[in-house]
Amino acid sequence: MADVVLQDVTKSFGATRATDGLTMEIADGAFVVLLGPTGAGKTTTLRLISGLERPDSGDIRIDGRSVVGETPAQRDVAMVFQQYSLYPHMSVRQNLAFPLRSPILKTPEDEIERKVREVAEVLQITAKLDNKATALSGGEMQRVSIGRALVRDPAIYLMDEPLSSLDAKLRAELRIELKRIHASLGATLLYVTHDQIEAMTMATSVGVLDAGRLVQFGTPREIYEEPVSLYVAGRLGLPRINVLPAGLFAGAPAGAKSIGLRPEHIGHGEGKPATVDRVEQLGDQARLHLSLDGHQIVTLTDLHTDLKQGDTVRIQPRSALYFDASGDRIR
Amino acid sequence: MAEIRIQNLRKEFGDFVAVQSSSFTIEDGEFFMLLGPSGCGKTTTLRMIAGLELPTSGEIYIDREEVSQRPASHRDIAFVFQMFALYPHMNVRKNISYPLVSQRMPRDQIRRKVAEVAGILGIEDILDSPVSGLSGGDRQRVALGRAIVRDPKCFLMDEPLGALDAEFRERMSEELRSLHDRMGATTVYVTHDQLEAMQMGDKIVVMNQGVVEQFGTPQDIYDKPATMFVADFIGSPSMNFLRFHGSVEAGATTVAFHQQTMDIPASHETIAGDLVYGVRPEQIRLSDASSYRAEVVATEYLGTTQIVTLKTFEGAVKARIPSGQAAKVGTSVGLEFNGSTVTLFDRSSGRAIRSALNQGVVSHG
Repeated sequence: MADVVLQDVTKSFGATRATDGLTMEIADGAFVVLLGPTGAGKTTTLRLISGLERPDSGDIRIDGRSVVGETPAQRDVAMVFQQYSLYPHMSVRQNLAFPLRSPILKTPEDEIERKVREVAEVLQITAKLDNKATALSGGEMQRVSIGRALVRDPAIYLMDEPLSSLDAKLRAELRIELKRIHASLGATLLYVTHDQIEAMTMATSVGVLDAGRLVQFGTPREIYEEPVSLYVAGRLGLPRINVLPAGLFAGAPAGAKSIGLRPEHIGHGEGKPATVDRVEQLGDQARLHLSLDGHQIVTLTDLHTDLKQGDTVRIQPRSALYFDASGDRIR
Repeated sequence: MAEIRIQNLRKEFGDFVAVQSSSFTIEDGEFFMLLGPSGCGKTTTLRMIAGLELPTSGEIYIDREEVSQRPASHRDIAFVFQMFALYPHMNVRKNISYPLVSQRMPRDQIRRKVAEVAGILGIEDILDSPVSGLSGGDRQRVALGRAIVRDPKCFLMDEPLGALDAEFRERMSEELRSLHDRMGATTVYVTHDQLEAMQMGDKIVVMNQGVVEQFGTPQDIYDKPATMFVADFIGSPSMNFLRFHGSVEAGATTVAFHQQTMDIPASHETIAGDLVYGVRPEQIRLSDASSYRAEVVATEYLGTTQIVTLKTFEGAVKARIPSGQAAKVGTSVGLEFNGSTVTLFDRSSGRAIRSALNQGVVSHG
């Protein structure tokens, strides 16, 4: 395993800058998740590291060595795509062994056998090793395609939304599985997702991208609790952070334009009167949709609340984040 | 608007029974969810209400009128599909007016009606645009407009948000729900997404393999599941099942397993055999005082809370605890269960055992 460094990497497609002077360091053994909306440059970053795209400018170093001039095979990276692509005419075993049979690697047969067995056990597909790849469920196929990356011992694993085509239960299982694999192999992982739960639960560090630039890099907890901007604050948290004019409540610092209030950071019982628009009881939590001076606010309340539509609740911020006119955090 | 009553509804396709014998009532003005995994019969049920399928047996009453064998055109309902099909050569206004034009409604009346619907949906400014250039959200609104404009007795929706991405889906579901609150129209909505059902529905029917497993308000279904299937399907992470062999007497407030005495709501049944102690993740606390020990296998940070996966003598357990509380992988911890929220199940049938908690919600023959 190795560390990966991107330095001032720019890549344009026509007039669009997919990455714009992107600088980021993925430490050896880190599990880095890239977050950002569609078009922020997440997938392009993966493709630049893997060598499927060439940067217009800037440098990419794997294990200290500049790889910009190297082919994908020379870079020694393993990529897992969103859409599993298995060889349909091969068995699961043959699919898993395939990367090791590459003429560059020259892996001995008994070594291949040992590796395949080991990975199959980790992914709990040992019983299916002799099945045809097409005779598997969607979840099993995706596990095999992750397994095909794991049999190798690359410098870095690059994963592009590998769980997004799976159902919720299997996704939850594989989240824990990937985390365990990361811990037990000491692997370096760069992982792209839309799913904030995946980012929060698996990452050692989260990189938030905005229009091809890295705007914050830190642990999930830092990103959640100490966002540097409104943009970052909106990336994590469900229900989403409430963004309101700074003057709505007293106590805003000078220069503040907006106040960011996470749903759990709103105190009830004192403060300004808000009207209940709707109560959502979701089993493990109850959400209150409120309106206050024409602003919509979502907050959490007791599971078995008696509040109903039309009631009035007094609310005030408990732990607020303030942002200036350009969306930057004021501390 | 209308009340819809389904009675002993059954549908067979050859040897396959898609819907076994469904009975439930959708009250006037309700936002009603048909929830279940794929193949459970929810879409078939919706299509029978619409008249796109005729039931093998059973009755469907719309506003007290039996309609089960009537064609769709005689039922006065509006159907919104997952893939919203608009007429690509027409502009927004023409797309929305189309159902009225085909009903031969006078022109000025159509104009008024379309303006009203556009106001409700907030699409006045795109009325004269071609539909081809619209964003996904606007296309969805136009499709809704075409359904609303007819003033049908009820709306039937088959996963209308299924094809949208997560962020947009959340916005649209809020919009749909507030549209319903403004119009008060009876709506039947099919989904496989339990969170969507909990968020939007006044009532939920949970179906599995053609059978109605439970019918009730979201909170009742979450707190008082009638079967293990429902307990597992609703909630994320789902309810923990601690499997044990034991017995419970009517009136008992504890059960015993693994040399532990565990609290339960007072049982209303006497039963012995393979049982399941069902407890929701947020009703478990980590406590050093407890003698029920478990090993921390994984932790998942979720902002204010974290999910801790634990290995117990009775299998894997997930607990939702505050993220500030320490839980280190590999360590041994004690677990405390909030017994008043527990549901016991009979493992062989999967049904909930009646207790002081679920009395009145769960009933068995």
